[in-house]
Amino acid sequence: MIHFENVGLRYGMGPEVLRDLTFDIPKGSFQFLTGPSGAGKTTLMRLLFMSLKPTRGLIRMFDRDISVIPGEELPLLRRRIGIVFQDFRLLDHMTTYENVSLPLRVRGKDEASYRSDVIELLKWVGLGERINVLPPVLSGGEKQRVAIARALIDQPEVLLADEPTGNVDPPMAKRLLNLFTELNRLGTAVVIATHDLTLMDRVNARRMILTEGRLDIHD
Amino acid sequence: MTEPAARTSDNQKRERLVTLRPMAPIVPPVNVSGHALMVVIAIMSFLCAMTLGAVTMVQEKAETWQGDVSREITIQVKPDDGLDMEAALTEVRNIVLAFPGTLTADIVDRASTARLLEPWLGEGFDMDELPVPRLVIVTIDETAPPDFAAIRQNLADNVPAAALDDHRAWADRLISMARITVLIGVGILTLMFATTMLTVIFATRGAMAGNRHIVEVLHFVGAETSFIASEFQKRFLLIGLKGAAFGGGVAALGFLLLGAWQSNSMATALNDQVTALFGRFTLSSAGYFGIVGIVVLISAMTAVTTRLTVTRTIREIDRERADPSLAEIG
Repeated sequence: MIHFENVGLRYGMGPEVLRDLTFDIPKGSFQFLTGPSGAGKTTLMRLLFMSLKPTRGLIRMFDRDISVIPGEELPLLRRRIGIVFQDFRLLDHMTTYENVSLPLRVRGKDEASYRSDVIELLKWVGLGERINVLPPVLSGGEKQRVAIARALIDQPEVLLADEPTGNVDPPMAKRLLNLFTELNRLGTAVVIATHDLTLMDRVNARRMILTEGRLDIHD
Repeated sequence: MTEPAARTSDNQKRERLVTLRPMAPIVPPVNVSGHALMVVIAIMSFLCAMTLGAVTMVQEKAETWQGDVSREITIQVKPDDGLDMEAALTEVRNIVLAFPGTLTADIVDRASTARLLEPWLGEGFDMDELPVPRLVIVTIDETAPPDFAAIRQNLADNVPAAALDDHRAWADRLISMARITVLIGVGILTLMFATTMLTVIFATRGAMAGNRHIVEVLHFVGAETSFIASEFQKRFLLIGLKGAAFGGGVAALGFLLLGAWQSNSMATALNDQVTALFGRFTLSSAGYFGIVGIVVLISAMTAVTTRLTVTRTIREIDRERADPSLAEIG
């Protein structure tokens, strides 16, 4: 589904922050992306989300070479990917419910067709009582769960989550991980960038370890 | 109960338990920068509408002057020894009226002539003691004027003391002056309009800068450029329309009130002074249509600028994608 071949990336004239990355994200797979701070995890997540182009190498997403995809087709491809940003990127003028519905709304879906699904998902991530609350009032952990719910709402083919349990307590982290594994069981490929070893120990999944821009994969 | 029916019932129960507010718009309602933009648009629309109104008034005034002058000619009869002035004036009037294209011919009587000369000669002078010329004022059909050369010839043959003045020299000068005045007005209006457009464009871009994060989020959750642009365009069209309608409306109302004040306070010293300085503040329907045009144009300009800014923002996001050196290091 996603294929990287000899991918390298540098910012400007600086050194390469990612070097010779070659790997596949198969359909329905589950993997953790880990490594020390500054190793390039977020950069790799951005490459996976097509918000960066590599300076060398080949990336194929859903059987398309991303270097030749015209800009206007990117939103359509991104609809197949759910992403949880490290900084959440919620819209402050929208309630929890409205933020989570946003991906469906921009696809032109009728609210009546998704209302119950959004409410159900929000209850599942423990935000059933915070449905009508605006993001500035939410705690860091709550914001994170809203961002996760937004990424999951349209059942994406791939879920990319950058430190999705960074701001939640261990029971909630466990619950969110269960949500990701449940989603994975339904066929979604999951990539979770994390430092959390406890979290990684809970699931027997592939580990992609980034060290100084190089990737080691432990299946 | 069948399974789908049970599921529908469950969904309905869940929805009944949760009360949701009406969906918030994709683009937030007016924030601080939106208010500032609305104020800028209102002020610029007001100034633009006032300029347009003033230019329209000057143009209409110039046309009136031009029309008044070209609608009239004057025949002057100079006194001469042995000339029966009253008989000469009557003859002049009869000659002139005989020509097709003349509508009326009025002899300026002795009393009126005396009043005309009062500023120079004072009251109570005896007209018989002075060689005062007398006038016949002729109104002509502007669309089919009489043959002035033939009238001149006829007058020279029958009343040699009469001289025709078709005001051509005066009219030519006045027309030139009116044209220059209108040209200056159009120049000022063009500058004002260009300034308004540039101000609206920059103010819209400024207001849009505060919304970049919304464009980014929408772009990343899969919204197409046209969808994002339309959402922002709708919001900013409303801002532009409100601001421009307020500014243009105040200007139109100003003209209406000034016109009404002038009509209701005629013959007062203040009104006379204001009218002498600025003329009448009456705006024709063309002037009001012009103001409506300005409102529409400024609103449209705001909406188009918004659309272009959104498209440019998305292009910038994609350029960062293509050139990692422009992106934040993550």
